[in-house]
Amino acid sequence: MQGRAVNGSDEILAVDGVSVTLSGREILRDVTFHINAGEFTGLIGSNGAGKTTLMRVILGLLTPSAGTVRVESGSRGRSLIGYVPQRITLDPDMPLRARDLVGLGIDGQRFGLPLPSSMRRKQVDEMLDAVDATRFADSRVGNLSGGEQQRILIAHALISHPRLLLLDEPLANLDIGSEQEVVDLLARIARQQRIAVLISTHDMNPLLPVMDRIVYIANGRIATGTTAEVVTSESLTKLYGVHVDVIHVHDRILVVAGRREEALQHGGNESIVELV
Amino acid sequence: MVAFLSPLIEPGFFSNLPVQTALVVGGVVAVVSGIVGTFTVMRGQSFAGHSLADIGTAGGSAAFLLGISPLFGFVAMNLMAAGVMEWIGIRRPRGRDLATGIVLGAALGLAALFLYLDSTASSTTGATINVLFGSIFTLPSSMVPVIAIFSVVAAGIVLAMYRPLILSSISSDLATAQGVRVRLVGIGYLAALAVAVSLSAVTIGAILSTALLIGPAATALRLTNRPGRAAAFAAIIGVLATWLGVLLAYDSYYWFPSTGGWPVSFFVVTLIFVIYLASQIRFRARSGVQSRSTATEAA
Repeated sequence: MQGRAVNGSDEILAVDGVSVTLSGREILRDVTFHINAGEFTGLIGSNGAGKTTLMRVILGLLTPSAGTVRVESGSRGRSLIGYVPQRITLDPDMPLRARDLVGLGIDGQRFGLPLPSSMRRKQVDEMLDAVDATRFADSRVGNLSGGEQQRILIAHALISHPRLLLLDEPLANLDIGSEQEVVDLLARIARQQRIAVLISTHDMNPLLPVMDRIVYIANGRIATGTTAEVVTSESLTKLYGVHVDVIHVHDRILVVAGRREEALQHGGNESIVELV
Repeated sequence: MVAFLSPLIEPGFFSNLPVQTALVVGGVVAVVSGIVGTFTVMRGQSFAGHSLADIGTAGGSAAFLLGISPLFGFVAMNLMAAGVMEWIGIRRPRGRDLATGIVLGAALGLAALFLYLDSTASSTTGATINVLFGSIFTLPSSMVPVIAIFSVVAAGIVLAMYRPLILSSISSDLATAQGVRVRLVGIGYLAALAVAVSLSAVTIGAILSTALLIGPAATALRLTNRPGRAAAFAAIIGVLATWLGVLLAYDSYYWFPSTGGWPVSFFVVTLIFVIYLASQIRFRARSGVQSRSTATEAA
């Protein structure tokens, strides 16, 4: 896998001027951002902002109406992207061990029956160890907790040695403890293996300690840069088109829109925070 | 050994030609149903499986009118129905069940007509009983090679797509991102299912074929955490239930001379159900303590 960098730099992903219109509705407008190897990027936005659409465009599952997406050497080679989709329900009736699911990451797209191989087994064992999943490697995936399942899905995505790892809302439905574990794991993988991680979430707070770059998405448009550059009242007010306040409470950030009907908050509390 | 079994096996069992054919055909069909059925349950397509069986009755009963083996009618009708189901139910999450229901309704209308014509064309009710409840003892041995070929095709499709099928059962997004052509895999699987259901329809009957498809598979999913083993267990359970069912049906001729023996389908289906119940009790007992709830559903 001798992929050349896009612009001579260490760039893994280049999204340039991407617009998507689905059945007459504009979902994304002129989205541009670049991601380098080993970078941890948060794709932040509320539900329906266009996060999943953007991920599908990057994966090549959706063709943009304008703009280009380049992954590493310019081709959209699938094995270069590891993907953890949103909200997979692993059925407890599915007779599949955690290690089987990880192994499918190597050759799940191939036809024919899998042949037992000690090399394949070793590869799976190493991957399970890397995501701290050895303990439940032989359990049925459907019986694992949300955090454990997420780690197995991450291992499934990583085992094919991608340069870019996309995760769609991997923190949804996790308790705070597993949330932190998954974030730490992903940050470690990004640093150690020089993999670019792009993770979508509606709550940026769990990512604040590890995020190198933020892609903030609202109304189909984005603002990008470091957290300090993007998550400010000025920049988000411009993005949302209504007045937005950014409030720092201890180590957390709350984003609050000024009008009731557009009240948005990304703080992690259940209640809507509203300013008059 | 023979002396020990003699109270269980009535005289002439192994030398009887229809019994020999029934054991061979029943065994082969049970293996195919077990393999295909494991994926039917994993993919949540039990409704499609059962519907194809009912839909097939239109083909089976039409074959009777034409004077050809019902198997050809079942296969032709089921493949056609699978095609229409796939065409209607494209990509909508609930579209699949809707499409199945629509095709099922239309086909049952045809079945009602053909079964009526069958019963007026011949003076007996044999055709209706055969199509709906199976006819394993009346299968001509000349059909054995045909059944073998269809069996190899259905099991071959599923085994060839083994890994892509599992991936797309987990999540079509996950599979697509990994380069699986999910639509193609779905069509291939539906074709294998159509053939498998046709095979079990001529064996234990259209109405009862769901039992052979789903029962052993549902049992096997409880017994192992590995998909390959689940398919193997389902095949074994299916074969055991079918062979024991054939034996009991043969024996029942001696138990109840006045009724002339009970239908083999009754015994097979009852055995499958009993085995499933036993596994359910064992599964509950085993997983009751350690079962953990997953929080993946809420959103």
